[in-house]
Amino acid sequence: MRRHHDMGGEPAGPVVPEEHDYAPWEKRVDAIRQLLSARGVMTVDELRRGIEELGPGAYDELSYYQRWIASVGNVLLEKGVVSVDELGQRMAEVEARWRAEGRSAA
Amino acid sequence: MSERFARGALVRVRSIHPPGHVRTPHYLRGRAGLVEAVAGHYANPEELAYGRDGLPPRALYRVRFVQAELWPDYTGAVGDTLVADLYEHWLEPAS
Repeated sequence: MRRHHDMGGEPAGPVVPEEHDYAPWEKRVDAIRQLLSARGVMTVDELRRGIEELGPGAYDELSYYQRWIASVGNVLLEKGVVSVDELGQRMAEVEARWRAEGRSAA
Repeated sequence: MSERFARGALVRVRSIHPPGHVRTPHYLRGRAGLVEAVAGHYANPEELAYGRDGLPPRALYRVRFVQAELWPDYTGAVGDTLVADLYEHWLEPAS
């Protein structure tokens, strides 16, 4: 059985080759991934595996770097680098800070 | 480091469908191609993906396939080919 992400050759729309700027958060995700790799915490292979395990719904709905950070989060939870509670509390803190600054949280 | 297949060998991609992380595209399973080069020896990404060391290293081959054999409705030029990097344990001799 073909796994969802393994979609080479499946029907799809045209590829639109356009340049785009990276949002600051996307650069930060890239930096986090590189640091985790440089410090031996997780490999790019684990990143890919985590992306593949997001499943059909999230895999299709999330953007490129959203898939990356979702995978990074899940792999760090698996390895015990962070706990669910730590991650949940920190995300709530960041969201509260953003709201206080008048920015919208994704 | 030794390799099971030499340049020019006709190989077939194993037609298996394990559930974990693999680097062999689904559309190549069971297809035959020619070994173009040995691309090197690398830790097995199927193991690295789960936090293990992936050792001993596996031979990685550059294998060339005929596009018209991969896609039944292929409309490109007859001589079009596709090259994929495939690990040795995914290949078997083809006759």
